[in-house]
Amino acid sequence: MKTEKRGKVVRYNKWGYIFLIPFILVYLVFQFIPLASTIYNSFFENYRSGLTQIGPNFVGLENYRTIVVNGDLITYAENTLIMWVMGFVPQIIVSLLLAAWFSNPSLRLRGQRFFKTVIYLPNLIMASAFAMLFFTLFADSGPVNSILAQMGILAEPYKFMSNVWSARTLVAFMNFLMWFGNTTILLMAGMMGIDTALFEAAEVDGATSTQAFFKITIPLLRPILVYVIITSLIGGLQMFDVPQILTNATGDPMRSTMTLIMYLNKHLYSKNYGLGGALSVVMFIVTAILSMIVYKFTNKKED
Amino acid sequence: MKKKLLSAVLIAAMTAGMLAGCGAAGGETGADTTQPQEQEQEAPAEEAAVEAAETADEGKILNIYCWNDEFKRRIQDHYPGYTADASDATKGTIGDVTVVWNITPNDDNAYQNNLDETLLKQADAADDSKIDIFLVEADYALKYVDTELTMPVADLGITEADLANQYQYTKDIVTDSNGVLKGVSWQGCPGAMFYSRDVAKEVFGTDDPAEVQKYVADWDAFNETAATLKDAGYFIISSVNDSYRVYSNNVTSKWVEGGKINIDGNIMKWVEDSKALVDAGETNTYELWSDDWSKGFYPEGKVFSYFGPAWFINFSMAADAEGSIGNAGGWAATEGPQGFFWGGTWICAAAGTDNPALIKDIMLQMTSNEEIMKEIVVADDDFVNNKPAMEAMAADAGYSSKILGGQNPLNMYCAGVEGLDLSNLSVYDQGCNEEFQNAMKNYFDGNTDLDGALELFYKAVVEKYPELTY
Repeated sequence: MKTEKRGKVVRYNKWGYIFLIPFILVYLVFQFIPLASTIYNSFFENYRSGLTQIGPNFVGLENYRTIVVNGDLITYAENTLIMWVMGFVPQIIVSLLLAAWFSNPSLRLRGQRFFKTVIYLPNLIMASAFAMLFFTLFADSGPVNSILAQMGILAEPYKFMSNVWSARTLVAFMNFLMWFGNTTILLMAGMMGIDTALFEAAEVDGATSTQAFFKITIPLLRPILVYVIITSLIGGLQMFDVPQILTNATGDPMRSTMTLIMYLNKHLYSKNYGLGGALSVVMFIVTAILSMIVYKFTNKKED
Repeated sequence: MKKKLLSAVLIAAMTAGMLAGCGAAGGETGADTTQPQEQEQEAPAEEAAVEAAETADEGKILNIYCWNDEFKRRIQDHYPGYTADASDATKGTIGDVTVVWNITPNDDNAYQNNLDETLLKQADAADDSKIDIFLVEADYALKYVDTELTMPVADLGITEADLANQYQYTKDIVTDSNGVLKGVSWQGCPGAMFYSRDVAKEVFGTDDPAEVQKYVADWDAFNETAATLKDAGYFIISSVNDSYRVYSNNVTSKWVEGGKINIDGNIMKWVEDSKALVDAGETNTYELWSDDWSKGFYPEGKVFSYFGPAWFINFSMAADAEGSIGNAGGWAATEGPQGFFWGGTWICAAAGTDNPALIKDIMLQMTSNEEIMKEIVVADDDFVNNKPAMEAMAADAGYSSKILGGQNPLNMYCAGVEGLDLSNLSVYDQGCNEEFQNAMKNYFDGNTDLDGALELFYKAVVEKYPELTY
């Protein structure tokens, strides 16, 4: 009897491991090995000039020194963060508002399902196609400029792509449009998890809906909010496709829309695995720290 | 038991699904590069039987690397003895040799990336999967020509006398740093300045190319004319990038001298002239091929002129669109301030090829056989790389261009290309030219001063070529 029981346990364990194999394999091949080789490569001078391979020569921390000393890393991190903040602030405000409306049963909103789909749709468009569309819309002789000219607002076309803040705003606006639907869905899930009895009690006590929102919804939503902010920040750090296509990979004007990943991509022209690796490792560390913060917060909730 | 079976099936499905997912994602980006390799591997197996029976000393597979089907069409239409494979568009035969076309599109540098990888492995590859012929463009020709991986044409048995009728500039581009010629081209792409006849009549009172040429005979005259045109409400060129090629083809030093980035005087003159034009509102900073840039193909664009070669006016200026200037035959050609060229394709033999005799024959037939050259002019409207043939066409009163209002532009092209000196090319040209125009756009747009733009240029070039200094 006893041995039979143990045998069963072992058998179940075996299935557990078997089910894990696909994940472990994929993780090893597509995540772990590339990660290890990136870290390894970052200590070497290793690039190709034309058809001539240079390196790999071991240079220690020289690559890290280069990217820190020339100041590019800070500049592009700044650009990335600025554009992320510009997109994220409206995104979280609009998403909170929409989520509050959608999850409020007393409003009895009609066509909820339709609107939830619609606000999520921009996320389904390929970012590059979306950027291409904006590139055409906001070209010097594009539809936006001609509409503004016809309404008499502009005397001559405004060069959206040649001005720092208009270019950054376009990138931020596109990221906002693409991601606010996703955030709304996440926040809504969080809000629906809040006990409705709390709202009813507040209503009985005479709280206004604004008070209920700030005193009940927001505090109880905090873990989800932190999760949304951090994941969005990690996503923001990896911002690439939208500015890449919109500015034709130049990051113009004066590289003010050049993000960290666009910079990384620049090193791929010369197959510069050393500098590229160093940059990736720095980004990996930053992302890892951010992920740990998320982990902490989500675990706290369970306590 | 049933449960076990079910879970086994589930695991299989899950694994397959995951791997398939990875495969698809990888396939999307890698499709261009993987396809040719597959073909490469298939081919030897198929041909193994034939090979065994043959005793000829040359390989039975001719691998040709290119980025579109232009060369394939030329070979198909004009190379004697080529038979296309009806069932497989990537194959053809010349006698008992199978021609395998490895076509990788140019987009996002894919062609060069694929070619680089394969060329670098050339020494270890089996004879039948070695690259035999690859095509290059002028912008990056030296990257390949200036290495041991490209075979000198003299080694194939092609003599200077064989190529005597070709334009010198087409040889300069594929001559390596030791003066060895390593490729040939069947095309010439000399350029001219195309101007709108209506605008010329309105502003200068004449649309005669000889008269208009006086207004744009050199850069000083060109810049003065720009002001005249501005007063009449026209841009002299659509974008500063239009004239870049004209300046950069006439430099007297290389982009890189002794490992240091060097900006030639004529390039700086482009910056100076262009900044003045932009500040005076006499032109714009659009990128070539953008919608804004191509507005000038229509009268509403208010653009006086474009610089380009024969293919530009025939295929790019919206000549078949109703209402365009070209459609109404409204352009005329003149030489412009300086001669230049734009485009062209060169045939190179890869070192280690097992088909040298066949490559020699293809090169000679396609680039110096006058009969075939004439056929190409008539059939494909190409400007061929053969001086006597083109000069005869230039003098021919019967040849005229509808888009150019009945003008025969060939003598313009011929005149411009004669004086072209391209001995100052370097392997860094493609990257430097691109980055220089990108960086200077910021200066022209007023987002930085000249020093800032130059700094940006240096930075971008060092990213592309980490071994350079400035």
